Amino acid sequence: MKIVCRCEDITEEDIIKAIEEYGCSTLAELKQLLRLGMGHCQGRTCLILAAKILARKTGKSLEEIMPSFRPPIIPVEIGLIGEKKDER
Amino acid sequence: MKDRAEVVIIGAGINGCALAYELAKRGKDVVVLEKHYICYGATGRCGAGIRQQWATKENALLAKKSVEIFERLSEELGYDIGLRQGGYLIAIHDEEEMRQAKKNVEMQRSIGLPVKIISPDEIKEIAPILDPEGMEAIAATFCPTDGHANPFKTTYAYARAAKKLGAKIYKFTEVKDIKVKDGKVEEVVTNRGKIKTKYVVNAAGAWSKEIAKMVGINMPNKPVRKEALVTEPIERLFDCMVISFKHGIYFSQQEEGQILGGIPSPEEKIGYYTEPTFSFLKHMAYMLGKYAPPLKHINILRQWTGFYDVTPDALPILGETNIEGFIQCNGFSGHGFMIAPMVAKLLAQLICQEKLDMPIDRLSMERFKGKITKEKAVVG
Repeated sequence: MKIVCRCEDITEEDIIKAIEEYGCSTLAELKQLLRLGMGHCQGRTCLILAAKILARKTGKSLEEIMPSFRPPIIPVEIGLIGEKKDER
Repeated sequence: MKDRAEVVIIGAGINGCALAYELAKRGKDVVVLEKHYICYGATGRCGAGIRQQWATKENALLAKKSVEIFERLSEELGYDIGLRQGGYLIAIHDEEEMRQAKKNVEMQRSIGLPVKIISPDEIKEIAPILDPEGMEAIAATFCPTDGHANPFKTTYAYARAAKKLGAKIYKFTEVKDIKVKDGKVEEVVTNRGKIKTKYVVNAAGAWSKEIAKMVGINMPNKPVRKEALVTEPIERLFDCMVISFKHGIYFSQQEEGQILGGIPSPEEKIGYYTEPTFSFLKHMAYMLGKYAPPLKHINILRQWTGFYDVTPDALPILGETNIEGFIQCNGFSGHGFMIAPMVAKLLAQLICQEKLDMPIDRLSMERFKGKITKEKAVVG
């Protein structure tokens, strides 16, 4: 068993199954179906690995598969970002 | 790609996929065309909520019948859709909202929904993390059978079941034109070839307006950008979805433990913009802290945008048009996910010329010619 996404416990087998059985051909679809890259690290380690598996299985180039990232860049505390100056 | 099908559905969101399943189940030869991939649009970006507490009877009935289907959907489709029925708690902020809530609850109870008005103390009993004072709530309405499901899993479940019954779903296939002859739809032209068909279903969400133009129908729908965020997963703190019509906020704790929610962005725009804004993040974080102070200590992981396909009365546009075979299935105005199971069933009944479980004539575009009654219970 090879773990690809450590935050969400997703293995290489899970990804291959999603590609072969569910016809996933993009990282976005793998995220939707498996929660790949949706954990605490936001896919920093796994998305590139998953992209390589996708490239190998679909014959697409890595450039075509590159992930999109959603802000914030690092996790931020609700209380920190939602603080209003006058309420300090 | 096939060059012929009885029904061509445009859009593989929840409504397109659910309809494909309902039609395939009835033996129809169905093709779904999707410009991107399954759940690319509003379905894959939505708040996942399933609410039956509406101000108009049309929406309340569609939602109630849909919940009845959602409750047995995992079994029917052979795939767990992640349904959780923790209820919806809708904050009431003032006397005017109380008057509207009483009216809504009376109508909702008349169709058999177990809704009740609860006090601030009862709000804290249902969800101890909530602060009624911070919420500025004098009361709330609560319906325990409301809840949420996983939109990805639900849509994939419908798509998978539809495919097993013979439906074809073509991803990355963009509709370029729809040919009409003698007032009837005849052919759909895509970037990958043409498909002859009797029926075209416009389930393209925020892009439905563009699809309708291809057959000369001008729709009043507007694409409205909405933003949402999600936090890290935490231990289960509460079960209900919390919403407020006045503040526009909604949030819930999803199956995996993350808090997901949204609020109208201070920079809300009409049109196809996709950039997330910092002002949304700040505003939503501030309001979450007011509603549920313990949440101040958890981390936000991600924010994103999506589109509501908004109609002038916030009710969907469903059914036949003056072009024979061109069927509308759009205008969901932010609640397409929660009513999809029933909408799909009704449109399948319409296309298969069966008796409809409930009438949908009042949801055709004809209604915009007269005076419209706007759905007031809108959030997000």
